[in-house]
Amino acid sequence: MRITRQGVLDTVQDLGRYGYQYLGINCNGAMDKFSMQLANTLLGKDLNSPVFEIHFPASQILFEKETIICITGGDFLPTINDQPIPLDRPIAISKKSILKFEKMQTGSRCYLSIFNEMKLDKWMNSYSTNLKSGTGGFMGRSLLKNDVILFHNGLNISRLLHERDYVVFPWKANDVVDTRNEIEFLIGSEWHWLTRDAQETFQEHWFQITNEADRMGYQLAGPTLECRTNEQLISSAVSFGTVQLLPNGQLIVLMADHQTAGGYPRVAQIISAHLSILGQKKPNDVIKFKMISLEEAERKIVNQKKYLLQLQIACKFKMEEFLHAHL
Amino acid sequence: MNAYQPYSIFPLGDSALTIDFGNIISEDINKKVLQLFHHLKAVANKNIVDLVPAYSSLTVYYDVAFLHHSDKTAFEAITEILEECLSRTLNIPEKQNKYFDIPVCYSKKFGIDLNYLSDQNHLLIEEIIEIHTSKIYKVYMLGFLPGFTYMGEVDQRISIARKPTPVKLLAGAVGIAGRQTGIYPLESPGGWQIIGRTPTKVFRKENKCPVLFYPGDEVKFHSISEDEFENYQAGRT
Repeated sequence: MRITRQGVLDTVQDLGRYGYQYLGINCNGAMDKFSMQLANTLLGKDLNSPVFEIHFPASQILFEKETIICITGGDFLPTINDQPIPLDRPIAISKKSILKFEKMQTGSRCYLSIFNEMKLDKWMNSYSTNLKSGTGGFMGRSLLKNDVILFHNGLNISRLLHERDYVVFPWKANDVVDTRNEIEFLIGSEWHWLTRDAQETFQEHWFQITNEADRMGYQLAGPTLECRTNEQLISSAVSFGTVQLLPNGQLIVLMADHQTAGGYPRVAQIISAHLSILGQKKPNDVIKFKMISLEEAERKIVNQKKYLLQLQIACKFKMEEFLHAHL
Repeated sequence: MNAYQPYSIFPLGDSALTIDFGNIISEDINKKVLQLFHHLKAVANKNIVDLVPAYSSLTVYYDVAFLHHSDKTAFEAITEILEECLSRTLNIPEKQNKYFDIPVCYSKKFGIDLNYLSDQNHLLIEEIIEIHTSKIYKVYMLGFLPGFTYMGEVDQRISIARKPTPVKLLAGAVGIAGRQTGIYPLESPGGWQIIGRTPTKVFRKENKCPVLFYPGDEVKFHSISEDEFENYQAGRT
């Protein structure tokens, strides 16, 4: 596949890079891991296979070979040869197809999974792009015009395509990423540093995502929150979803490209099951925080994982049957 | 009572927890953190996804789906495993920490904040260099960037607050923030006060171990001239 027009920030991501944070090597990985895994799932691929995380304005991609793709997450009105194609379904596309994204309709990033194994860089056990150190994914950077990503294995689906530009497969996902504004959290280790008023404000007010929102974190605008202590925190680990209180009383939520450690008070932590919802938010969107228990948070992420694993197995068999019947 | 007390364990969300030995920078506490870190790393429990040691805390990322059961949360399950480790004095051979002698060019060209530090702390630049190179520093932790070290502690006389706004820095920039000192491994914005630059590459992405310093290592700096810096960079030494 060849990039024929450059997007603003299109990188390769998987579930992230774990095991090296003690060396300051951050995890990276998809911002919306649910949609990222769903794209793989629908093609019957392993959940952790590398995908393209695409922002808007998006890359324009020429597929020099035929393949099967699946697009999930934000709806950027994707087209194949200028004909609209659906999200959340596997789609066989013919060689010389051009994939474009017309408009940012919902969400802030979409995921493109490709049926073929691709020639990408695995660095420290992950394909996720680490932009800071220029490693992983495709040359450690965002895709540029004229980049060519090679496929390891061929796929002959010309009988299935039957001269058509594309064929939509007969299965799809019912559960896709939520667009709710209420984001659930667990209290952070410095939650009690907030005054009682600040704790209430945190849960009752809307917070707006500012323009300072990228893969590293979202700065929020809202009422100033006060601490009951001016104790200083020494650096300690932070993670995807850590909500820190900045010295000016405003909040920042750390996202997929967060640093491994930080020194601001960790007042809250977004539950893992809701990180994908947050990962689809963009500047000016408003969110509200709702406290839940650790038991509930665990149950939600476990259920999400079960759903994806069950769907992955079902789709893997469906894909084998479908390809067998049509090739 | 054993060597690990007192400590507290609190959840960092639903997939990680932090064992905290107190909100202070101390060599003894950091030693405990690293001892526990090396022990858990060696045990290689398959439920542990990642381990992040910091100054005085160890954060454990775990596999919720695997540990979660109807009668017990994953947090409770992993806490039991960890408390078992914490309840006895771990008898592990002290990890062989490495010692590095790192060349730094403390010229004004590279030490962009030398004048500021000199003014603020009423020291001659020669004195700053003398003080910074006189001590062996311990690598307490890494963070911020791949390979970025938090080393300490610098002499009180050259201690200085970080900048209010980060500026763009070159790879190899050597800085001070409070009682900490460190080297920027990559070109990056940074808020530490920069006193020099090392030609030593502390991060090499093509290496199997891309990072030069590990937590627990010891580092001493020595002063080199701009010419020597150029020679190092050109690989002529």
